[in-house]
Parts: sequence; structure tokens; C-alpha cells
Amino acid sequence: MKHLFPFFKQYKKESILAPLFKMLEALFDLIVPLVVAKIIDVGIINGDIMYIVKNFIILIVMALLGLLSSFTAQYYAAKAAIGTSTGLRHKLLKHIEGLNFPELDFLGASALITRMTSDVNQVQNGINMFLRLFLRSPFIVFGAMIMAFSINFKVALVFATAIPILFIIVFGIMFLTKPKYKNQQRQLDIVTGSARGNLEGVRVIRAFGKEEDEVNQFKKENSFLTHLQLAAGNLSALMNPLNYITINAGIILILWLGASKVNSGILLSGNVIALINYLSQILVELVKLANLIVILSKAVVSCGRIGQVLDTKTAMKYGNVENACSDEAVRFENVSLKYSEGAENSLNNINFCAKCGDTIGIIGGTGSGKTSLVNLIARFYDATEGKITFMGHNIKDWEKRALRKKIAVVMQKTQLFSGTVRSNLLYGNPNASDQDMWEALKAAQADEFVRQKEGGLDAVIEQGGRNLSGGQKQRLSVARAVIAKPDVLILDDSSSALDYATDAAMRNAIANLQKKPTLFIVSQRTAAIEKADLILVLEDGHLAGQGTHAELLESCETYREIYESAHGKERGNNE
Amino acid sequence: MNKKNFKKISPYLKPYRHFAYLSFICAFISSAAALIIPIFCGHAIDFMLGAGKVDFSGVLKYIYYIAAATVIAAIAQQLMAVSNNKIAFCISRDLRRDLFEKLQRLPLSYLDTHRSGDLLSRMITDVDTFSDGMLMGLSQLFTGIITIVGTLAVMFSYNISITLIVGALTPLSLFSARFISKKIQRWFTAQAKLRGEQTAMINELTDGMKVIHAYMHQEETLKEFDKLNEKFKKAAFRATFFSSLTNPSTRLINNIIYAAVSLVSAIFAVGGGITVGQLSVFLSYAGQYAKPFNEISGVITELQNAAASLERVFELLEETEEKRDLPNAKVLKDTGAVRFDDVSFSYTKERPLLKNISIDVKKGQKIAIVGPTGCGKTTLINLLMRFYDVCGGKITVGGEDIRNLTRKSLRKSFGMVLQDTWLKSGTIRENIAYGKLDATYEEIEAAAKSAYAHSFIKRLPNGYDTIIGEAGAELSSGQKQLLCIARVMLCLPPMLILDEATSSIDTRTEIKIQAAFAKMMQGRTSFIVAHRLSTIREADVILVMKDGNIIEQGTHKELLEKNGFYAMLYNIRAKEESGK
Repeated sequence: MKHLFPFFKQYKKESILAPLFKMLEALFDLIVPLVVAKIIDVGIINGDIMYIVKNFIILIVMALLGLLSSFTAQYYAAKAAIGTSTGLRHKLLKHIEGLNFPELDFLGASALITRMTSDVNQVQNGINMFLRLFLRSPFIVFGAMIMAFSINFKVALVFATAIPILFIIVFGIMFLTKPKYKNQQRQLDIVTGSARGNLEGVRVIRAFGKEEDEVNQFKKENSFLTHLQLAAGNLSALMNPLNYITINAGIILILWLGASKVNSGILLSGNVIALINYLSQILVELVKLANLIVILSKAVVSCGRIGQVLDTKTAMKYGNVENACSDEAVRFENVSLKYSEGAENSLNNINFCAKCGDTIGIIGGTGSGKTSLVNLIARFYDATEGKITFMGHNIKDWEKRALRKKIAVVMQKTQLFSGTVRSNLLYGNPNASDQDMWEALKAAQADEFVRQKEGGLDAVIEQGGRNLSGGQKQRLSVARAVIAKPDVLILDDSSSALDYATDAAMRNAIANLQKKPTLFIVSQRTAAIEKADLILVLEDGHLAGQGTHAELLESCETYREIYESAHGKERGNNE
Repeated sequence: MNKKNFKKISPYLKPYRHFAYLSFICAFISSAAALIIPIFCGHAIDFMLGAGKVDFSGVLKYIYYIAAATVIAAIAQQLMAVSNNKIAFCISRDLRRDLFEKLQRLPLSYLDTHRSGDLLSRMITDVDTFSDGMLMGLSQLFTGIITIVGTLAVMFSYNISITLIVGALTPLSLFSARFISKKIQRWFTAQAKLRGEQTAMINELTDGMKVIHAYMHQEETLKEFDKLNEKFKKAAFRATFFSSLTNPSTRLINNIIYAAVSLVSAIFAVGGGITVGQLSVFLSYAGQYAKPFNEISGVITELQNAAASLERVFELLEETEEKRDLPNAKVLKDTGAVRFDDVSFSYTKERPLLKNISIDVKKGQKIAIVGPTGCGKTTLINLLMRFYDVCGGKITVGGEDIRNLTRKSLRKSFGMVLQDTWLKSGTIRENIAYGKLDATYEEIEAAAKSAYAHSFIKRLPNGYDTIIGEAGAELSSGQKQLLCIARVMLCLPPMLILDEATSSIDTRTEIKIQAAFAKMMQGRTSFIVAHRLSTIREADVILVMKDGNIIEQGTHKELLEKNGFYAMLYNIRAKEESGK
């Protein structure tokens, strides 16, 4: 909830005016029974038609004023609610963008999407309704009570008893249904997840003939969702009959007490009518309130879910080193990495040193920690143990933006954004000229296919780059990194979809760039790293060896195995 | 909701029609009670003539009536709510179920060309919107109509001329509601469209969040997002504000009616036309009479929304399905021999892809498919698995046209490992046993061992019971591929399809797996798409594809001697692989 307060502050005027005008409207509603009582008790009794007409006009004027106040209130309520939800989305995205990889992993992409879409919408609905009704309803309820007291103190005590009971009913049910809505929302997430998984895996599911099993599993989850919905719905439905009984019990009491007051001449029958009208108004208000409680309970649940994201704080701190010179680009000293508590170490006691301008190859088995190592160089994660230095300074002392500018990573999973070739390249360097772009594309061996595309640099890229082949996507993401002119360039298996010749040409072009970066290459292909100045061989998170190709062939059993597995056999058969 | 939609939803309503009857009866009872209580009040008040002139026994009689009516009405209200919940939630359950089953029957050609986000939102969001609207409609329409009719009837019985005034003014309130809801429809449409755009953008940004971080592109993306966010804000504000005007407007009309009733009935009362008690009845009726109009006008927008969502749901439910298996479709028994007979295929009519392909594969042969990207390798597999049907010619397995076979038996005879690894969220064990639910623990471990996945599984926090998927353990892409291989190794179907099955696996493991594959392929007809020359070379038949045609086919030796496209490809690649 605390995340909403800044918005209430920002929309202070709206948040105050909306309920205020709503109360004004309610005030007019409250006066109506009084005017009607006057028509009866004065106008009819005295047979004064003029008086009746005068009061009729008052009624019409009040109706019009009520409409105006209502419009004004809706205007401000909508403004505050929509403003808040727009602001919340902004705040969420900004917050997510300020987190680091460990928190992003923890939260998960699909959770972030539902927070920013459906949860924010629920909150928007909640605020809108809250401003419009949550003050109006108590106002009408208490206003009606005060009016009742002004008519007759003793009879009005009925109101004073009924109202607390009504509030207990309303808030009691709200309290009881909230956890039910939470469960319901969670189950909805599960059902959504099942459907999403089914769509993603359709080929495998059909290949294994598992459609029926999938349907059966879905039916179970789906039925459970309905079960939860019914439980929550039936419970919250109790609010209306309970209120109805309370109100009518009140009416009965008023009739009974009223009868004796009329008999003793303290009350007029018009007064009794007015009292009953007030009670009826309370009921109408409570029925509306009951519908709102549902919306509000959902909004509160969503608000909690949003708060969970906004309360996630990043554990990584940055220093203020922005520039440094050293002939050592990257140094690892006894570095270990564990992604989460309880998990095994993904990297163990890694030591190496990369000189500026060198090319470093990283090779190793499936799941041996290659990507983890690369993630540490770019400080996407912090080492659990040991020390990493970048350009002679502890990597934790670097300023974030400066560090990111100096190190560019082409990730294993290519990710392009919808837009154009140009807009994607601008990610790497917002000030890049056309010439810069063509140079980067050329180095990444992408210039040819971009030139052939309609529009060239302005060729359209669809969502996630799905209108490109795997190889084209990889080359564009390499170009995006090259255009940043980084000091360190990391290619994490980013040419797996390229044929060997293109791969080699790309590595050559990068090595011959005007500003040659310190280059880290992760690859399954030994050919890609053979000429590297330093090769790191990883095996189950340990450094099994490091050195040049020739040294490792001599000294490192693991490297030799890898090399031979890739080459020996082929070569043997080539003769 | 229009007639067409109603016709479509009525089969869904049918199983719950008893609840609908019950709901209607309860609506009738609770509305009737709500109508009669003011009458009782009026009678009770008429017994209070003034000081010393109150008939207590008369008042008490009506108090009993009120109490009885209240209890009955309260029970009816709850019963109605329970029935309505049952109807609305169960129908949406059935809709979601049918949509899910529908997805299983839709052809791949549909699923491949439609965004899964849109399909999902039809299944989840649209069904939800419909159920919300339906619930509101059910709970307010019945009572609303009954209340309006009942109120008018009672008022008529009291005084015809006052009732006529009320009746004459009512259409005003309906007109104003209709007028406004028509006006705001376009703001709703604009809002829905922009919401879709924004959701798509959020989807993309969260997917690519790590790249945004890596390039420190936060400010730019935030700026871009804000642009759309502002646009959405405007549309959302208009939709919300203008739609919220309906209710006060109808209320204005109702207040005017109320005032008019007060005026006229007061004038009547002065003339002695009605009693004060009757006047009180009239006033509370005028209020009650107005309520359903208010409520109905309040749900009109909800109903409009629900109808639009239902439309989208039925759109999906009515999509053309995958052609059913023929009634006399056979179960595939004689596996092994596969023939492509003059097969042609295209995804879209304008761009033909495969042209007159003929292949003759004997039982137990290994077929390697090579060629540049986009040449149709994956398409060939799509046809073989009958994910797509051929446009011309035919494919036979064991001499039988695959269109005469049940899809299930055909697909289950193929073991498929694709480059794109999909695992179900669940435990490792469940994933390996995906194709063979009754596999024992030993069998599962044996399969994992032969796929060289056992050692890394052992090292996971919970071993074979580690949960993978979005909320579970992170696996590297190579590890996922190993699991996919283990999955096939466990059920070992008689034919195999390996499409770049080892692209993310390191070379050492790959060599070991190749050995396991070789053993697995013994006596099994296998189709292999691969880059590695050793795999290709050992195939019994190599198909060289280019631009949707098979330009060469034969053994490695034959093709090298032919010195054509394959020889060229081979020489380039051999040179690269040896690192020159």
C-alpha cells in the first residue's frame, strides 16, 4: 500500500476533490427525504399547493446540482486513478530497469508482465471506485444517521445500532474473502502457465501423442480454479442478504417505536416515512458497496503483488571509477560463484588474467560454467567469493554506466527488439552515424543481407526478430555490440547458427577493427579459439587448464579430448 | 448481446439450466418481497393517524408480514447469487476447457502463424471478462425486469394518472443511457487497442530486459514506453470518465421522476385522492422503480465488453480444425519403409516451397538431409509428422498413405529431437518419462545415463526431483538438449527424427551421444538434419536440398564422385572443421 501514497500526494487535489464532490452529491440525496417530508407535513396538511410546487422546484434544482457534482467527482476520480496507474507502470518499469540480473532471475519474466498489466489495471479500478464511493457510502450512512437523530433521538438509536452491525458485516466479509481472492489469482496464474506451456510445446506434445494427458491436466487445474471462484463468490454474496436482514430489522423497529411516538404526539407520520426512507437509502448504498468490496479486495491483492516487485532491492552496489588505464583488462582471483543459497557452486576458484587487446577463448563441456564466467566479467552477477579486477580496479569500484559502456556482451540467447535495423543498432550506441552502422554490420558479416532487405538500415524488424533467420539474428546482435566500440567484447556462443566460413570471417573482421577490443570468445568449435592468446578450459565449474592452444594440447587432458573429439576423427577420414 | 451470440452460448447454458430456473424463481421471490415490503410499511403507517390515534395491533400485524417477507427475500437473494455464480463460473470453466481442447485440434499452420499471446488472452482474459459481465447481467437483469414490471403494476393499482407520468418519463432514462453508451464505444475500442499494444511492448521489454541492462538502454526504453503510456493514459481517461457519466445521467432523470411523483401525488393528496400512507408507498416505489434502470445502465458497458469478448472466444472456437482422422483410419503397424511420392508443399499459395519431391527410404536406413538454411529441411519433417499435410503427391509409411493412418499412431512411431528444446514445467523425472508414463526409476536413470545427462542431474539440488521451468532450476541450453534426448531414449520408437539435435552440446559429449545414437539407430529408420560431417557421411542416403528441391541424392561416395553441390559443400566444411 505504501507505494500508492506518493501518487495520492501527486494527485492530492484530485484525491480530495473527487470524494468531496461525491459527498456534495450525497448531501443533495440526503436532503431529498427532508424536502419530501415537508411537502407532506406542511404542504399536504395545509393544502398549500404553492408550497408544494416551490419544494418541487427545490427537488429539481438539487437533482441538477447533484448531477454537476457527480460529473466533477467522476472527472477527478478518473484523473487520479488513471494518473496513478500510468505512474505505477512507469515506476514498475523504472524499478525493474534498476534491478540487476540476480533479482530479474528471481522475479521471472512472466510474473513481471502480469504485474505491469493486469495487476496495475486492478489497482486502477480499485482507486477509481474507492475515490467515488468509499467516502460517499460512509457519508450517506452517517449522514442518514445524523438526519435521523435530528428527527427523533430515541428512534434514531436504531440507526446507531444497525450501522455498526452493517460495518461488521461488510468488513468481516471483506476480511474473509481476501485470502480467497489471493488463492484464486494464484490458481489463475497456474492455469495461464499451463496454457502457455501447451502452446510453446505443441510440436513435442503432438509428437508424443500427449494431447489427452495435457487436456486432463488442464481440466483438473481449470476445475480447481472454478472451485476457488465459487468459494470466494458465494462467500462475498452473503453480504447482500445479511445487510438486507439488518436493514429490515431496523425498519421494523422504527415502525414499532415510531407508532408509539406518533401515538404520544412526539412524531408525525411523515417523520416515520422520512426515517424509513433514510434506512432504505443506506441499503441502496450498501448494495453498491458490496459490489465494490469485490473490486477493492482484488485491488488490494494486486497492490500487494506490485509491492512485492517494488520492494525487491538490488544487492549490488557500484563505485565511482569511470576511467582507468592498465595493461591488464580482466583478472580473476580465486573466484567462485553460487547463483542461489543451497545451490551448488557454478564456478569454483577461478584464476586467470586477460591482457588488454588479447583474445581469450573459453571452452568446456555442457553446463561447465562458460556462460557463468562471462556473466561475471560483465558484472551481471557478483562473485560469491574471490576478487575480480577490471583495468586494475576492483570491478565493484566501477561506476555502472562506465562499466557497461566498456564491456559489451553478445548473449547466447539472441534478443532483438521490434523496430528497424537502425533502432536495434542504436542500443549499442545512441549517437551512431549511418557510416558507423555499416561498418559494424560489415564486421558482423551482416551488411550484405541488410543491404538486400527493403529499406536497408530502416528495414523492419518484427517482435523478437522473428522475421529473421537464426544466423541473421546472431549477426545483428554482434553488430549491435561492435558498434558500441567497447574495450572488452564478449561473444557467448554467438555464432552457433553461422556456417564455419562466416564465423571465421567475422572473427577476423573483429580482430582487425580500428579499435581492437579485448575479445572473449565462448564457443563449441575449437577452430574458433585455436588462435587465441589464452584459452580457458572449464570442466564442471573448475578451470581444468589455461594457456595457448599448443600448451594446452601438451598439458591439458580435457582440452586434448575436446580437440580430438572435434577434429581427430574428421581428419582421419579425410585422407 | 445479440441473437447470434446467444444462440452460440445456449448449449453452454443447457447443463446449468436448472440453476437458471432457480435463479429466475429466486429473483422473482426476492423482487416481489422487495416490492411488497413498502406496501406493508405504507399500511402500517396508515394505522398511525396522529397522537392517540394509533392502532398498535394493526401496526404489529404488518410488522410480522415485513419480518416474514424479509427472511424469505434474504434466502432467495443468497440462493440466486449462488446459482448465478454457479452458472457464470461453470460456463467460463467449460469455455476454457473447450478452448484448450480446441488448441489441441488446431492445425500447426494456425498455431505457427498466430501470436500465442493473443490466443492466451482469448482463453484467459476474454473468458474472464465474459464471466464478469454474465454475472452482473444475471444478477441485475432478472431482478431489474421483474422489479420494473412489478412496480408499475402495483402503482397502477394505486393510482393510474401518477403511474402514467412515471411510465412516460422512463424512456428518457433509457435514451440517455443508450446515447452515452453509443458515444463511448469508440473510446472503449481505442482503449482496448492501445492496451493490446502496450501489453505487447511490455512483453517484449521484459523478454529483453537483460539486453537492455547490458547496453544501459534503460532511459531510452523508459522514454519510449512513456510515450505509449501517455497515449494509453489519454484513451483510458476518456473511456473511464465518459463511461462513468452514464450512471449520474440516468440518476438525474430518476430524480426528476421522483420529484414529479412527489409533486403530483402531493397535489392528489391535497385533493384527498390518496392517503399519506399511499403517498409513502408511491415515493418508495418511484425510488425502487428507478433503481433497476440505474443498475442496468451501469452494467450496459460491462455487457458490451462481455459481448465483444465472447465474440473473440467463439472466433477461436470456430476456427477450422486439423482434418479428422478418416473414419477407417488404420493404426500404423508396419513401420520402417518411408516413401515420398512426388510431394509438393507450400505454406502459402503464393510461395511454393517443396516441388515434386520423391524419396524412397528402406526400413532401417539412415537418411541425412543437408542444405543451406531455408531450403526446406524442417518442412520435410513437418510433413513426415503430419504437422502439415502435403499439397500434392503422397507420403507412405509401410506402403500406407499416412493420411489413411491415425495421427497418433504415426506420430508415436517417430522419436523426435529438435533443435528447439521444449521441456514441461515439472520435475526432471517427469520430463524424461514424458513419453512413457509408467517408466520405472531404473529405466529413467538408464535413459539419462545413455543421454549423458545423469551426471549433471545428480549434481542438481534435488537430483531427479528437481523442478525445472520458469520457477525452477536454470538449465543451460545444452543440458536441456540432453534431457530431450533422454526423453526419446526412454520410449525408443521404431523411427527417429533428429533435427540439429546436438547443436548446443559440446563436442566431447556429442561424440559420446553419437555413439548412443548409432546404437539407437540400429534397425531404425532415421532422418537426421545435421551440420557435422561425420554424421552425414555415415548415412545410407544423403539428400541435398536447395530452394525446396532435392538436387542430389545418394551415398557420400556417390555424391563426392558426382562432384556437384554436395561435393562443394563438403569440401568447404571439411576445410573449416579442420581449422584451416
